Order: sequence, then C-alpha cells, then structure tokens
Amino acid sequence: MSLDAAGNVALPRFGSNAGQPLSRRDGVLKVTGRATYAADNHPNGMLYAVPAVSTIARGRVLALDVAAAKAHPGVVEVMTPDNKPPLAHDPDEKLGRFGLRIEALQDNTVRYVHQPIAVVVADTLEAATEGARLLAPRYEVEDARTGPDNGMRFDAQTVALGSPPRAAHGDLEAGFAAAAHLVESDYETPAQYHNAMEPHAVVASWDGDHLTIDMPNQALAISASAYATYFGIPVENVVLRSPFLGGGFGSKAILNGPQLLGMMAARMLKRPVKLVLTRAQMYGPVGHRGATWQRLRLGVDGGGRLTALHHHSLSATSSFEDFLEPAANASQGLYASPAIVSEHTGLRLDIGTPGPMRAPGEASGSAALESAMDEAAYACGMDPLDFRLANYADTEPGSGKPYSSKALRECYAEGAKRFGWSGRPMEPRQMRDDNGFLVGWGMGTALFGCPQFPASARATLRANGTALVETAGADMGQGAWTALAQIAAESLGLDMDKVEFHSGLSTLPDGGVAGGSGHTGSAGMALRNASHEAIRQLADSATADARSPLFGAGNVGVVARDGRLHRRDDESRSESYADILQRAGRADMVGKADAARDPEDAKRHAMYSHGAVFAEVKVDPDLGQVRVSRMVGAFAAGRIINPKLVRSQYFGGMIWGASFALLEEAVTDRRTGRIMNADLAEYHVAVNADIPEMEAILIPEEDPHVNALGVKGVGEVGITGTVGAIANAVWHATGRRVRRFPIRIEDLI
Amino acid sequence: MKRFDYVRPSSIAEAVSAAALPGSAILGAGTNLLDMMKIGSAQPERLVDITRLPGLDGIDWLPDGSVEIGALVRNADLAYDERFARRFPSVAEALLSGASPQLRNAATAGGNVMQHTRCAYFHDLSSACNRRSPGSGCDALNGENRLHAVLGWSEHCIATHPSDFCVPLVALDAVVEIEGHKGRRELALEALHLLPGNTPEVESALMPGELIVALRLPAEAADFASHTRYLKLRERTSYAFAVVSAAAALVVDAGVVQSARLALGGVAAKPWRARRAEDALTGKPASPEAFAEAARLALADAKPSGHNAFKIELARRIVVRALTEAATGTPERTIPLPGSVFTTQAGSNHVA
Repeated sequence: MSLDAAGNVALPRFGSNAGQPLSRRDGVLKVTGRATYAADNHPNGMLYAVPAVSTIARGRVLALDVAAAKAHPGVVEVMTPDNKPPLAHDPDEKLGRFGLRIEALQDNTVRYVHQPIAVVVADTLEAATEGARLLAPRYEVEDARTGPDNGMRFDAQTVALGSPPRAAHGDLEAGFAAAAHLVESDYETPAQYHNAMEPHAVVASWDGDHLTIDMPNQALAISASAYATYFGIPVENVVLRSPFLGGGFGSKAILNGPQLLGMMAARMLKRPVKLVLTRAQMYGPVGHRGATWQRLRLGVDGGGRLTALHHHSLSATSSFEDFLEPAANASQGLYASPAIVSEHTGLRLDIGTPGPMRAPGEASGSAALESAMDEAAYACGMDPLDFRLANYADTEPGSGKPYSSKALRECYAEGAKRFGWSGRPMEPRQMRDDNGFLVGWGMGTALFGCPQFPASARATLRANGTALVETAGADMGQGAWTALAQIAAESLGLDMDKVEFHSGLSTLPDGGVAGGSGHTGSAGMALRNASHEAIRQLADSATADARSPLFGAGNVGVVARDGRLHRRDDESRSESYADILQRAGRADMVGKADAARDPEDAKRHAMYSHGAVFAEVKVDPDLGQVRVSRMVGAFAAGRIINPKLVRSQYFGGMIWGASFALLEEAVTDRRTGRIMNADLAEYHVAVNADIPEMEAILIPEEDPHVNALGVKGVGEVGITGTVGAIANAVWHATGRRVRRFPIRIEDLI
Repeated sequence: MKRFDYVRPSSIAEAVSAAALPGSAILGAGTNLLDMMKIGSAQPERLVDITRLPGLDGIDWLPDGSVEIGALVRNADLAYDERFARRFPSVAEALLSGASPQLRNAATAGGNVMQHTRCAYFHDLSSACNRRSPGSGCDALNGENRLHAVLGWSEHCIATHPSDFCVPLVALDAVVEIEGHKGRRELALEALHLLPGNTPEVESALMPGELIVALRLPAEAADFASHTRYLKLRERTSYAFAVVSAAAALVVDAGVVQSARLALGGVAAKPWRARRAEDALTGKPASPEAFAEAARLALADAKPSGHNAFKIELARRIVVRALTEAATGTPERTIPLPGSVFTTQAGSNHVA
C-alpha cells in the first residue's frame, strides 16, 4: 500500500473499465429531473388511491363512513375489508423469505398505528385524500403495548428474516471466572425509520390477468413472483419496472400492504391506479429499525484479552410477526474470545413490523459492542485501539475458519495515522479547542458480512461491435447502473461507451437482491459469467474459421480486449468482434449465465468487509451541544470496482452513523403508540451542516474466495463502527458515558 | 384535503373583508399553513392569498430612523439586506438560524410571526388539544413533552411558539402594524402572542379579519447594534427548531451596562421578554456575576411542564452565553452558522 501526493491510497488498477472512478451514468438524468421514478408515471385513465390509516395501535374498526367518502366529488370507490377483491394468498401468511405477514384489509383488526384500514380511490389526489378523511373511523380501542414494561416477551425462534436467534461457543462462565475485569452495561437504541427520500409508491395497471407495476423495488424477481402469487397469476404476467429508487435502505426489499392495496384497487376498478404513501404513512407499514435493549458483559484478563463476551438483545417486533433486530449477532465474527454468546429475546409491541434497515442488527449491535469495548479498554487502562488489536481475531471466533481476506490491521493502522490517533490522552475531558469546547476522540471497528445472492444475466454481442448486457438489478442511489456496467464492460473487453446496460425491469434475467451489501458481487458475477459466455461463443466461431487470423488458436486461447480477440501467444494476430460476427453471418451472439457462491468457498471461509472508524467530537461544556468535527474511516472490502461510488457509500454509512448516534429517534407516545414526530421536520436526520470533512480510505484487499471478481460489499459497513466511535468520542470529551441513543443535550449538561 | 375557496384580493381592504369571513385563513408563502392543511391540522374554508397585494414587500426606512418591514418581505431578503443587518444584527442572525435556506427564501415576515406551535399534539388530530379544539384536553401534558414550555404555560396548554425571528424583535420593542375593519392599529409584538391561560385557542391578539401589514423596529433598537446576539440551541445544525434560544442586546459604556434587552425563545407560547433581568443588569458591570443573576431572574418563574426540567437550566445557561457574547461585541461579519453556539466566539472555528 502506498499514498500518492493527494493522500489517497494508491489503488491497483484492474483492466480498462473496472477500477475507474467513473461518475454515475444516470447522474445527469437525476440532477436534471429526467429520471423517471415510479410516481412519475401517469398511464391514461389513471386514478389516485389514498390509504386511510388507523390512529390507534390496537383494537378494531367498528365503523367507517363509506357513504360520506363516496359522496365526496371525485371519489370513485372505497375499498374496505367488506368489498376488497379476493387474494390468492392469505396476507396473514408469510410468502417466501422477504414476504412477511402484511395488512391488506383482510379484516377489521388494528395491529398498529398507520395500518391501512381502507383505500379511497378518486379522480384526483385531493379528492381521495379528503375521502379518506371523511371515513371518520370509529374504533374499539384496546390498550397499546408500547415498551418493555407492557410488551410481551417471548423466546426468539428466529431473528431478522429467519436467522438463528442464538450463536454460542466456549464456556461463558469459565471465561468470566477467569477475568480480571468485568464490564457490564445496558444500551438502548430507539425505533428508527428509513426515511428514503422517495416514498413507497406504486402505479399499477391491469390488462386482463396481466399486471404492470411501476414501483421502487430492491428485489425485483422476488417481488414480481410474490405479487403473482397474491393475485393467482403466472409470474410471466407480471412486469415490475423499477429503473430508479430514491433510496431504499432495506425498506423496498420487503413486501408491504399499501403497495399491494394499490394493485388490488387497480384490479377492482379495471383502471390504472397510483398510490403514494405520505411521509407520515411510512411510519408503520413499510418497516423500520426495531428498538433494542441490549446488555453487554465482557470479561477481560490482566493482559487486556477478552475471556468472555456475552451480548443479549431484547428486540422489539410487532404483535404478529417475528422480525427481530439481530443486534447481538454483531458480537460474532469480530473479536477473539474463548467464549462468545449472542442471544435474543423478542418483545411484542403494537407497532408495525420492523424490517431490515441499512446494516440491520450490525448497526444497533455495533453501537453497543463498540461502546462496551471502549468501556472495557478504559477499565484495563488500555488505549482503545491497542485493546482492539489485543483482541484481533486471526480466524473467525467460534468457527475457527480463516477469513477469506481481512485487511483490518491495515485499516486500523492507516485510519489511526490519518486521524492522528497516537496523541490521544487516556483520560476523558483532557482536550479543549481554542474556543473552550471539549474535544474527544473515539474509534470503533466496522464489520459486515458478504452475502452473495443467486443472480442471472444476459450479454449480447452485436454485429456493430457494441454489446447489450441485461440483468434485473436495482439502483437505489448506490450506483448499480454504473458499477455493474463497468464489470460487464471489463468482462466483455469493451469500453464502457460500447456497452448498453439494461436493468431495473423484472422481465430481465434475475439480478438478485439489492441488499445485504451484496448487489455488486451478486449481479456483477452474473454479468461477468454471461459476458464470458458470449466471448466464448465468439472465440469458438473465430478459432474454427479458416478465414480468421485467429484460426487454430483454440488451444492457446484468446484474450478479449478493446473490442477485439487477440491470440494469447501472439497479440499481433487479432480480429474485431464486429468482423467475427459479420463473417459468421450472425446479428449477435448471446451469452446467458447464472452465478452463485461456490458452496465450498462458503464452507471453508469466513467472509466479511472490515473497517476502522475514528471520530472527533466537540461538545459545548455548558450547553451540552455535540457536533462531530472530524471522521476518518478506513475500509477493506475486497476489490473496488468504482472508488468514487464506493467512497460515497462509505461517506453515506458514516453520515448515517453520526445521525444514529446524535439525532435519530421515533418518539412514541407510550399511552397510544402514536409516533409523535413522523415527519422530516421533527424526526431529525443529519443535514449537511452536521457533517464535517470526512475521509474514507480505501485499503487494498485481494480476496480470492469471496467470488471470482473479488468483490465484497460496501453499502452498510460504514454505519457499523461509526456510532460507537462517536459515542466513545463523546465520553472522551465529557467523561459521560451515554448508553441510550441518540445522545441528547440533556445527557451532557 | 378539504375543499376550500381561494381568493386573491387586490387591495388591503378587500383582504380584510375576505379574511373576516368565518373559516378564512390568510395565505402568505404557505410554508406553515399548507403543511398544516395537508395533514389536516388546518382546515380553512377559504384561503385569502395576500401575496399579490402591492406595497407589502418593502423595507422602508422612516425619517425618525425606525424601519418598517412589510409583511411580505421574505425572511432571506430581510436577513441579507445589508443596512438592516448592520442596524439589527441579532434579528438577521435569528432569521438565518431558522428553518432552511429554501424555506427562508419563501417564508414571509408576517407569516413567521403568525406561525403555529410545533406541538405534535396540536398537529395530531387524534390527540386532545385545547389549542386546536377547545375543551378537549391537553395530551401533551402527560405525553412526549421534553421540548415543551417551562414558562407561562397552563394546565390547558404547554405549547411553545417556535419563531426565532420574533425573539430579538420582542427584545427590541418591535411593533406590529395591523389593518382591520376599523382601520389601522398598532400593537407591541410582545402583546401579540398570548399565553394559554384558560383559552389556549386564542393564540394572538388579532381580531377576525385583522391583517398584519408590517413590523416596525424603533430607531432606538439600533443603539444595540454593536452588542447584540441571538443564540439558538438546537439538536441539529440546520432545519431544527430551538430547544432554547436567547436574544441579548446591550449598551455598554466603560464596562458598565447602560441598557439591556433580553428575550428567550422555545420556552413559552410567546417570545419571552425578561424585563426583570434587564432591569437588574442596568447599571451593573458587564460581568459573569451580573449575567448569572440575570439568568436566574429570567427563569425565576420557570417550572417544568413535563420531562423538560433540563430546559430551565439550559435556558439559564444560554442567557449567560448570549449576554456574554453580546458584551464581547457583535461580530463584524456574519458568522458561518448564525445562531450556532459553535460559532459564538470571535475567531472560532466552524466545526460543523
């Protein structure tokens, strides 16, 4: 690794396309307003649907004034449990991995605030909105269960989307018995909401039994298949278009009630229907990061090495589903300890079902773990970074598997160097700036797994020397339109401007899920394999054709570069793709391929992206106001396809971490279960002015096992580590250890 | 949303007539009213759009040195008017600490004064709220109220007034110029917003149909130009309402306070003028002890209305800070983040 003059870590250059910091291909469309989002579609004859949502958390709808709503000018229909069209799948049953139980007007029970209880369809949005208001529901209200004191605890059978609720190795009690120091702390993280800029929306059109839907979606194939099941139609009859998403963060991967209701209304009325949630309506039926109450117990020996690590999370979920924030799992896979137990208890509340939200489990769990590690380091009299190095895991704790790659030491070293960590005083409240503000430094380790979802792709080489590559991927702002095209271009030996990329459409080959930080690796591998298949066909044609300069090169092989195939042993002998296709009399050659992780690789190796985040905060000593003044993150995530996009992902993650640490919280009225800040004025996410100059360092890392591209994931790892780093910096500045997030002014005065 | 009439009067007289009809609401930029109509916490029968009325968008300097701010002057235009900002720097600072640049470009001076409380229970139609629906109760009282009032509240209402702009205006004796059926009248801005008492639904002293046409700052308000600040404590650095705020203005001669003005924001249903504190400061050295005593007096009657006792101590501290900063002197240049406690001291580094 080396630094260039600008201070950037020099990156290895991979080929002619991948590895380059290209700008987003869709960037100009977006900044000029020409990118078409779902709600921008207006098919002829379209009606507007507005869900009427419950204002109680638990009970039953006794009456709706449907007549009043229908009498309002412009209202076409009111869809209620009494007249809704039938579904072929019960919404109270799960539907595949991403299909949680949802509310689609199956009955008159109310299970959380903002649950849809009717849908009003009208000629205009305004009429539908007023119609929904006129329904004036009457309820039978039951007491809302809103917190640990009145919620129902249960033994978790699964966490997240079906993962095991407990992971354990070693003898915990023996570890604690051997410890010189015991650190035991409770941490709380609140309910948080994705708040993607683009609300959940759908424009649904039916033509007989054919359904066309425009909707922002992170999992096109899975969703199209689920909607086919709901409506009892073949999946081929469903066309889901999702070219652009205005943010997703997990909330657009999971099925939800309101979008399904839009499709039901369109079917019922035999006209296209648009349904767009309001900001407030997104606080309920479309998932959130569930609240956690976590307890961390760390045993540490006299040398500062962990003897035991116990992480328990009480995780909130709804009364009818089991998505539990897998927070305690953040303690698996990171620090070496002879005994690690991660376990979860469920807490049933009258809330909308939580779901995956950017780094689900890892974000909340890392906030607690990294805080606890900081407390343990101080208890041992060790520098927080030295303490983490003392507990560095060279193989995965528990499983003993080698990591497929792990440049975390380099992340620590480079991040600490760039931040200037070495001068940090051990004791808190030691640093002030020229203006008298308290200054504190904190750090945290970032960790995120590397899933690879099965995916397919098609690559078509065309007679004019260009290519079309296709996969049903999803670009929610992370840059898939660009990075995936770079992978395809490199795999085809073509320049980017010769490659047309089609994506965001469910009828294309399945691009997998844009989630779990796995999209580039998953869809990228499919594109690579499809591209290689097209090149193989091209090579077969050329090397078997006596008229080609490549004739007979079959044994030595050819290299695809710059739109030409070259003999591997004599690069002066080459032929353009166009010439090969034309002589073969072919309009095109089409490569199709699937991709999935080699199960043997998955069995043999532990696969994670890593990083180290260093944060500086300043705190007004009298007024308790905290601002993050510097952040440096160093991350190792395998091969980097597009450093510009990747840096943006790291920045986005770290910004999210700052927001988590200091701002974000859905404030629930404990008496009613209503969220009292369900809008962007009062639910605070960080604004530009909250965010300091940041640095994201890309640590080179080669990973021969994660996939053939060597690509790990970058979308979520940046949040992990950051929340704890900031909380630790606040402690270092003030001497106050705040264990409830977000850290507030009143915690510090 | 509910159907409504939209009228666009061509004169102030027409506007007053239309606004006097039951169910009318006056529309300026709509940055508050239209949001409320969308969520249902305002359901007017009639919008009276005054944005085309002539003569309400000027900043007029009168012969006696006072300045008249038309009701339709945009927040940003006023804050960036150099002459205005030099004479009344804490007012400019307050304006620039409010909302977001986009909102400040749209929002009007009159609208800022007339904006409604941010109390979530006021805006949530399912909650009891005496301010919105007299006699229904106050769900904020035992609810989520960490940011609610600590001064001047009653058991009927604990809401706060959210304006930044109004805080230095009240400190500087701003006057509201009002047109109504009976002609023009004037009112001290301090008397415009009403404490809840038994009638929280009566939010202001305006009579039906009355229209704010201008705000006026007296010439003497500029006497404080060299020693005045507005400081705002907020949880995020922009686009956030004050947890607490303070406007302080001093005339200091040889280290002795000749004249003092102090008002607090985010603590009550109105911008809170602290006259006892002002009186106590007058004639005293501009010292930490005097500022602490002023803070004590300013909050002497404060009591928590819920989970917000911390705001009382915070308010004391921001009073001390604002007075200290005012005594140090108004910065020559507008600071990067107006109102931020992180840019209160000369030469301080902007950390956010």
